[in-house]
Amino acid sequence: MEFSPLWIVAAVAVIFVLWFFGTYNVLVRLKNQVKNAWAQIDVQLKRRHDLIPNLVEACKGYMKFEQETLNKVIEARSKAMSAQSVKDAAQAENMLTGALKSLFALVENYPDLKANTNVMQLMEELSSTENKISFARQFYNDAVMRYNTKIQQIPANVVAGIGKFTAEDFFEIEEPSEREVPKVDLSF
Amino acid sequence: MNTRSFHDEIRRNKRTSILFVALVAVVLAGLGWSIGLYLGDPRVGVGIALLFAAIQVLVLLTMGDSIALLAAGAKEVSHADEPVLYNVVEEMSIAAGIPMPRVFVIETDSMNAFATGMSPQRAAVAVTRGLMRRLNRDELQGVIAHEMSHIRFYDIRLSIVVAVMVGAIVMLSDMFLRWAFWFGGRGSSRDRGQGQAIIMVVAIVFAILAPIFAMLLQFAVSRKREYLADAGAAELTRYPAGLASALRKLAYSNRPFKEAGKAFSHLYIVNPLKPATKLSSAFATHPPIEERIKRLEQMALIYSAPGEEGNGSGPAASQGRRKG
Repeated sequence: MEFSPLWIVAAVAVIFVLWFFGTYNVLVRLKNQVKNAWAQIDVQLKRRHDLIPNLVEACKGYMKFEQETLNKVIEARSKAMSAQSVKDAAQAENMLTGALKSLFALVENYPDLKANTNVMQLMEELSSTENKISFARQFYNDAVMRYNTKIQQIPANVVAGIGKFTAEDFFEIEEPSEREVPKVDLSF
Repeated sequence: MNTRSFHDEIRRNKRTSILFVALVAVVLAGLGWSIGLYLGDPRVGVGIALLFAAIQVLVLLTMGDSIALLAAGAKEVSHADEPVLYNVVEEMSIAAGIPMPRVFVIETDSMNAFATGMSPQRAAVAVTRGLMRRLNRDELQGVIAHEMSHIRFYDIRLSIVVAVMVGAIVMLSDMFLRWAFWFGGRGSSRDRGQGQAIIMVVAIVFAILAPIFAMLLQFAVSRKREYLADAGAAELTRYPAGLASALRKLAYSNRPFKEAGKAFSHLYIVNPLKPATKLSSAFATHPPIEERIKRLEQMALIYSAPGEEGNGSGPAASQGRRKG
C-alpha cells in the first residue's frame, strides 16, 4: 500500500478538526457550568432579599434603639437588588452580608427577641440562606476557575481565541473591613 | 490547589473501583466456569453466573432505592417539619451542585446516617433522631456532606452492584456445594475416571474460596469509599474539623442500631451494628474511626493554612465561627 503525502495531510487535517470540535465543546460545557452556578447564587440572593423585610419588621418592635443598624440592612438590600454586573453584585452583597452580621450580633443582646419563635425561625432561614450563598459561591468560583484555567492553557487557548471565550469574573468574598488598610497612628 | 487534588483523588478512586468490580466479575465468571466444567460445559456455567448477576443488578437498579429506607423505618420530612436538618441538606446539595435529595428521619436514639439512591437525581439522605439531637450544626453539616459525597460519587450504585455480584457468588457457591454434597459423591466416580475427580476437587475448592475472596474485595471497596466520602465532605464544607468532631461523638458515645440490618450496614456513616474498634480489619465494612479522624485533621491543616486557597475560599471561616 502506498502513502501519498496528500493522505497524510488529510489525516492530520481530520485529526485537527476533531480536536478543535472536542475542545470547543469542552469550553461550551465549562462555560455553561459557570452560568448554571451563577443562576444558583442568584436564586439564593433573591431568597435573602425576600426574607430581609420580614426579619426587619419582626425586629422593629424590640429594637427601637437600633434604628441605624436596621436602616443599614434595608439600604444594603436595595443596593444589592439594583446591582447589574457580577462585580457590582458581589460588592453590594458583601455589604449586605456585613450589615446582617451586625444585626445578628445585636439580636444576642435582646432576650425577648430570642424568645420569639417567629424571629428565631427567620434567623435560621436567613443564616441558612447566608450559608447557601457562600456554598453556591464556592461552587461558582470552582466552576470559574476550571473554565478560566482551561481557556488560558495551551493549546485550548487557541480555540478559546477563535471562539471568543473570555475569562469570567470570580465572586470575591473580600469583606469591606478586610479591604481597608489598617490605620496606624504615627503621631507620637 | 486543593480542588485540583480532590479531583485527582476522585479519579484515582474511580479507577480502583472499576478494577474491583472487574475482579469480582472475574471471580464470578471463574466460579461459573469451574461449576460448568464439572457439569460438562464451562461456557454454560459462565453464562448462567453472569446472567444471574445481571438480572439481580437490573432489579436492584430499578427498585433498590427504597429498600434500605424501608428496612430502617425512615420517615420522609419536609422543610416545615425539620427546618434545620432540611436547610443543612439543601446547603450541602448546593455546595455539591446536585439536586436537592429527599430527607428522611429515623426515630432512634442511636446516632447514624446514610444515603441511598442510584443517581444524584433520585437520591435520599436519612439521619437518626439521636444524631440530630446530639450534634451541633457544624458536625451535622459534616455528616450530611459525607452522605452527599456518597451520592455525587455514585458510591451507592457501585456498592449495590458489588454487593449483588458478591451475593451471586455466595449463592452460586452454596448451591453448587450442596448439590455436590448430595449428588457428587454418588457411585459414579469410578466410571468417570481420575481426571473427573480432580476437576471436581478443584471446583469444590474454588466454590469454597470464591465467596471469601469476593467478600474481602467488597469490604475493601467499602472502606475505600468511606475515606473518599470523608475527603469529599471536607471539599464541600471546607471545614474538615466538623466531620472529625462528629465522628468522635459517633465513636465514643453511641449505641448500636440493630434495626439497620446486616445487608445495609455498609451504607451508614459508621457501622451501625458494631462498636468502634481501633484495629483495621480486612473483614470490616468501615475503616477504623481513629484513622478517619486523623486523616480529616490532616486536611484541616491544609484548609486553615493562610493563602492556600485562591479565590472564594468558601464559607469555612464563617462556618467555623458560627456555632449551631
